[in-house]
Amino acid sequence: MSTRSSTLTGRIMAAPSIIILFLWMIVPLGMTIYFSFLRYNLLMPGMEEWTGLDNYYFFLTDPAFFASLANTLLLVGSVLIITVVGGILLGLMLDQAIFGRGILRLLIIAPFFIMPTVNALVWKNLLMHPVSGMFAWIATSFGLQPIDWFSEAPLTAIIIMVAWQWLPFAVLILLTALQSLDRDQREAAQMDGAGPISIFFYITLPHLGRAITVVILIETIFLLTVFAEIFVTTGGGPGLATTNIAFLVYTQALLQYDIGGASAGGIVAVILANIVAIFLVRLIGKNLDR
Amino acid sequence: MEKTFKSPLKHIAFSVFAWLVGLMIFFPIFWMVLTSFKSELDAISMPPMFFDFDWTLANYVEVQARSNYFKFAMNSVVLSVGSTLIGLVFAVTCAWAMAFSPTKRTKNALLWMLSTKMMPPVGVLVPIYLVFRDWGLLDNRFGIMMVLFLMNLPIMVWMLYTYFKEIPKDILEAARMDGATMPKEILFVLLPMAVPGIASTMLLNIILAWNEAFWTLNLTTSDAAPLTAFIASYSSPEGLFWAKLSAASTMAVAPILIIGWFSQKQLVRGLTFGAVK
Amino acid sequence: MKHVMGVALCALLAGGVSFTANAQTKLTIATVNNGDMIRMQKLTDDFTAKHPDISLEWVTLEENTLRQRVTTDIATKGGQYDVMTIGTYEVPIWSEKGWLAPLDQLGADYDEADIMPAIRSAVSQDGQLYAAPFYAESSMMMYRTDLFEAAGITITDRLTWDQTLDIAKKLHDPANGVYGICLRGKAGWGENMALITTMGNAYGARLFNEEWKPEFDGPEWKAALSMYVDILGNYGPPGATSNGFNENLSLFNSGKCGMWIDATVAASFVSNPAESTVADKVGFTEAPCAETCTGANWLWAWNLGIPTGSQKVEAAQKFIAWATSKEYLELVASKEGWANVPPGTRISLYNNPKYLEAAPFADETLLAIDSADPINSTLKPKPYVGVQFAAIPEFQGIGTTVGQQFSAALGGSSSIEDALASAQSSTDRTMQRAGYY
Repeated sequence: MSTRSSTLTGRIMAAPSIIILFLWMIVPLGMTIYFSFLRYNLLMPGMEEWTGLDNYYFFLTDPAFFASLANTLLLVGSVLIITVVGGILLGLMLDQAIFGRGILRLLIIAPFFIMPTVNALVWKNLLMHPVSGMFAWIATSFGLQPIDWFSEAPLTAIIIMVAWQWLPFAVLILLTALQSLDRDQREAAQMDGAGPISIFFYITLPHLGRAITVVILIETIFLLTVFAEIFVTTGGGPGLATTNIAFLVYTQALLQYDIGGASAGGIVAVILANIVAIFLVRLIGKNLDR
Repeated sequence: MEKTFKSPLKHIAFSVFAWLVGLMIFFPIFWMVLTSFKSELDAISMPPMFFDFDWTLANYVEVQARSNYFKFAMNSVVLSVGSTLIGLVFAVTCAWAMAFSPTKRTKNALLWMLSTKMMPPVGVLVPIYLVFRDWGLLDNRFGIMMVLFLMNLPIMVWMLYTYFKEIPKDILEAARMDGATMPKEILFVLLPMAVPGIASTMLLNIILAWNEAFWTLNLTTSDAAPLTAFIASYSSPEGLFWAKLSAASTMAVAPILIIGWFSQKQLVRGLTFGAVK
Repeated sequence: MKHVMGVALCALLAGGVSFTANAQTKLTIATVNNGDMIRMQKLTDDFTAKHPDISLEWVTLEENTLRQRVTTDIATKGGQYDVMTIGTYEVPIWSEKGWLAPLDQLGADYDEADIMPAIRSAVSQDGQLYAAPFYAESSMMMYRTDLFEAAGITITDRLTWDQTLDIAKKLHDPANGVYGICLRGKAGWGENMALITTMGNAYGARLFNEEWKPEFDGPEWKAALSMYVDILGNYGPPGATSNGFNENLSLFNSGKCGMWIDATVAASFVSNPAESTVADKVGFTEAPCAETCTGANWLWAWNLGIPTGSQKVEAAQKFIAWATSKEYLELVASKEGWANVPPGTRISLYNNPKYLEAAPFADETLLAIDSADPINSTLKPKPYVGVQFAAIPEFQGIGTTVGQQFSAALGGSSSIEDALASAQSSTDRTMQRAGYY
């Protein structure tokens, strides 16, 4: 078999996607890098001038930058933990014989199909509203003070909404992985007198390793740029409580129309994303190449 | 049925528990749909009304009177399906090559593709807007389709790559022994094996494209505006709006939810990203 | 799989077919999803009947999204919209940059002189109209006459904020679902900042001094913010930090607010029995003062403008003339009643006995709009135009950031001092960066 020629065909076949993606990335990226060195406000056209690293200086010394960096990490981390743990538990649950399991599975995966905007609108107005929301009613019927979610626990509220949206994704992948688990192995362990907890930790969990990696990888990509939920509900506040990097760049670009600053912010976000990517590569290198 | 319960009582108890959990997760969607059939005053009544209210379609009529739902829905269908089909052409070839003739740099190329997705889109809005303006692509279905296709291409390639990698290579070699040429090899031997993976990639991408709310809102005006733009006019209207909001939301998510439910078997089959060996 | 492909194909075909030729001039109109605008959208047929060669395409968006869309488009000359709905904040900035086409073909019977002088000057440059006001508003207090009576309160003179606080204490009865006062708490330069800035004006504060330096660290702002946090935090509804105009309107209409200080346009909603449970129990009075009454009520108008470079200026002007004419007011009156016409823009409306009869709030609205002056709105001199905003491009960002800080102070996650200090430092940074000093 002619390895060389098939490698060549392979390259030719892979080329269009790579080239087009490369262009898609490099053209805007190039423009963004260029803008990031300019003093460029969309509302003051014709005033563009070279400012060197000024935009970076302003973006990185902005107190909002560190707050939003922390919020981004907190948001991504919390949602990952909730969805992975919740996904495993729900996966184990759905792996049992349950009456109407097919329909139940439909209900559980439904949030994945919901637009982020709609998700945020429904949670904000119908569920978390402190006067007429469902949660307020539940709290008052237990004689408790309703929680004013978006002022008392704004980031938690965002985390709940985003986690709700991504939980089904984790469930789907982890459930598929669970169903591929070798039953003989589990039964053999049971024969040896292993309890359900040790079976879980010594057989099930290691088997799920790759699936968990995949969930973390794919979700991280989307969670780093969570925007719609914040835009619709809290607008990044109160204060900076729910401003993540994506939202901070948004305030630069579309509230201050400071394209130079927003471009610098975008570049910083790319660099941060690549740090995360390197971290993920390590994780994957360990888990996916087995 | 993966496991069975020894006693039927346990079986029932566990089923009840599982259903409670499932209903809780589904509750926000259920509540949204239910509220869309209420009058505005019933929608905010305390305690909440479950089924004992006057069911009405008035909200749907009102929403449709204000904005032509079908135009938006049609755009959503065209954009999500169109971008996915364009994407498949590129992603299948690319993933195919990466899976069957990998080079040293394949894995790096893949991860680099994925990392392009981590940049906040708003950071490049103005550059893209300027390019789109110059090329006359603003509010143009083809333009938005291209953006959505490029947005999702990394995920598509990744998903297909992981699926193709699981296809046993010996089949390929056997076919080559028989003198099959490359196109034939793809068409008759491998494609049939790859269909489930392609199908679920396609479905996942239709969902992602349908729900993409940044580019579709900022690069469209009216001709190409999909349901994400439709919902943007309801996010804080005047007066009592809970029921109308719910109706508009239900209309915006219903098509994709129904498609998702009907095709969930196909979706799940390939949605493993190589997580299952 | 097959049926999915089938659907896809059909969709693509259908998409292709809908590209039909259209000989008409199609105007794309970007507008905000407020009640009056939605009413206008419903009256499209009247316009197209008079101008069969013009068709209208509406793009209705929520306020923040609308603003970001039209600003991006006009600044990059994207040419997506033929008519834009813009506020009195944008008009002076944009017309100065030459982004707006002058409205010089509104027709002989348009009667420009009939537009309220304060509004007309806000949307004109050197006497030339650059946008036409669709509706205009100031701010005033709406209160529940029944609750005031029960508490034995009568209003004689214009209230001060201290008196308002006392009344709020008396009316506050959360156990029975009545909160003393409802005010805007949602962060945003057009939301909580509109109110807080008028409070600041009343306490003698200003956004910037003559050198364009922010003054949030001064005692005036501290007094204003302390009052705001005290009155709304202690005697307001729960969840006040997420209440904007619409949320407060719902609260007031369902009888949960003793007082509400907000836009004068709310008057027609709260006194409409179809929407409001307290329609016959609402009184209107001017917004409270403190040290001064100067700038204690804001001035705002939503206007229709045309971006320069639009190929359809002529048709667009025909549309604007229709939508902001006296005849349009009569059209709305004939369909929805006089109380529902877009208020605040035309003097003749306030001389119309039918309107005065249908709108018990007309006098107070007129008084409020007439007393608001975008030039002299602070006790001390200021370099900017605008009562509740500063008409400079940077203000949108500043107002939103500061609004977030004040909302954090209201929610209790930050102290009043900290909120003011970070408002000061972030505004200072922005102004410095923009090159004001």
